Amino acid sequence: MREGFSNIRIGMFLEIATTLGALLGAFLATRIPTSALAIIFGAVLLYSAYLSRKPRPSAQRNLPPDPLATRLRMNGTFPDVDGPRCYNVQNVPSGFSLMFGAGALSGLLGIGSGAVKVLAMDQAMRIPFKVSTTTSNFMIGVTAAASAGVYLSRGYVDPGLAMPVMLGVLAGSLLGTRILVKAETKSLRLVFSLVILVLGLQMLYNGLWGKI
Amino acid sequence: MATAGAPSRQPSHQSHPFQPQPWRDRRLEIVLGNLLRAGVLFSAAIVLAGACVYLCRHAHERANYRVFVGEPSDFRTIPGVVHSVINGRGRGLIQLGLLFLIATPIARVAFSVVGFAIERDRMYVVFTVIVLAILLYSLLGSGLTF
Repeated sequence: MREGFSNIRIGMFLEIATTLGALLGAFLATRIPTSALAIIFGAVLLYSAYLSRKPRPSAQRNLPPDPLATRLRMNGTFPDVDGPRCYNVQNVPSGFSLMFGAGALSGLLGIGSGAVKVLAMDQAMRIPFKVSTTTSNFMIGVTAAASAGVYLSRGYVDPGLAMPVMLGVLAGSLLGTRILVKAETKSLRLVFSLVILVLGLQMLYNGLWGKI
Repeated sequence: MATAGAPSRQPSHQSHPFQPQPWRDRRLEIVLGNLLRAGVLFSAAIVLAGACVYLCRHAHERANYRVFVGEPSDFRTIPGVVHSVINGRGRGLIQLGLLFLIATPIARVAFSVVGFAIERDRMYVVFTVIVLAILLYSLLGSGLTF
C-alpha cells in the first residue's frame, strides 16, 4: 500500500455498500446455483475488459465538482509525475450501487472483486486510475472480512489450501506495490484489462462446463 | 498510535463547519496503512509457522482435494482454533493466522472511527460506525464465536 494515492473517505463511504452486499452475497451463496453465477460474472468481466480498453472522453481531466461528492468531501488530490493533481468525483449514486453489486459478488463467489470495484470507481465515478486501484485495495480487505467469518464458521476454509494461497498472494502484492509507483497508467490499464479478460473467459468456461 | 496526540486545538473547528485538511487525512492514511501492513505481516508469520509444523508432519501424505469435506469443528470456531493451537497443531496455527488476517481490516475500520473523531468529521464517524456494525454483525451472527 502506497500512501498518498488512496482516498479513505471514498473508500469508507463505499464500504457501506460493499459490506452490505457481501453479507447478502454470503447469505445467498447457499441458495443460488454457482454455475449460473459464474456465467453471469464471466459475462460482466468480459464486458468490463471491453469497457476499460475503450478510449475515454478527452474532457476527463478537469471535470466540474459534483454537488453530492462535494457534500461527501470526496474530492482530493494525488501525487502525479508533475506534482499533485486534483480530481472531482462524479456519479456517487451509481458508484454506490455498483459497489453493492461488487460486494454481493465477493460474498457469493469468495473473491475480493477488486476488478469490479476499480471499474465502478474508474468508469462510473471518474476517479483517476491509480486512486481507484489503491482505494479498491484498501476496501477489499474490509469487504472480504464481511463474508470470511461466515465461510470459516461453515467449515469452508481448509488450512492446507489457505496457507500457500495467503503466502503467495502476500509476496505478489508486495512486489506489485513496488512496480505501481513507476508504472505507466497506460500499461497498468492494459495489464488490468488482460487480467479481467482471462478471468472472464475462465469463469464462463467453468460455468458452462460445470466445473464449479 | 501516533495520531492519538494529533493536534486538534484550533478552536475554529468547533464553531465553523468542517474544513477538509489534506495533511490530517494523509496522517490518518499513513497510520492506517502501517496498521494494515503490520496486521498482515503478523498473520503471515503465524501462517508460516503453522505451515512449517503442518508440512513437517504431513510431508509424505498425498493431497486429496477431489471431494469437498467441510472442516471439523476444531477449525471453524474461535474456541476450537485456540484449543488446537494449544495442542500444538499446525493447521490450528494456520487458522489462527487467518483469523488475525480477518481481524486486521476490522481493526482498521475501528481505528478510522477514532481518526475521523479526532478530525471532528461527524459525517464520516457515522459512516465508519455503520461499516463496523455490519462487520461485527457478520462475525458474531455467523456462529464463529461458539
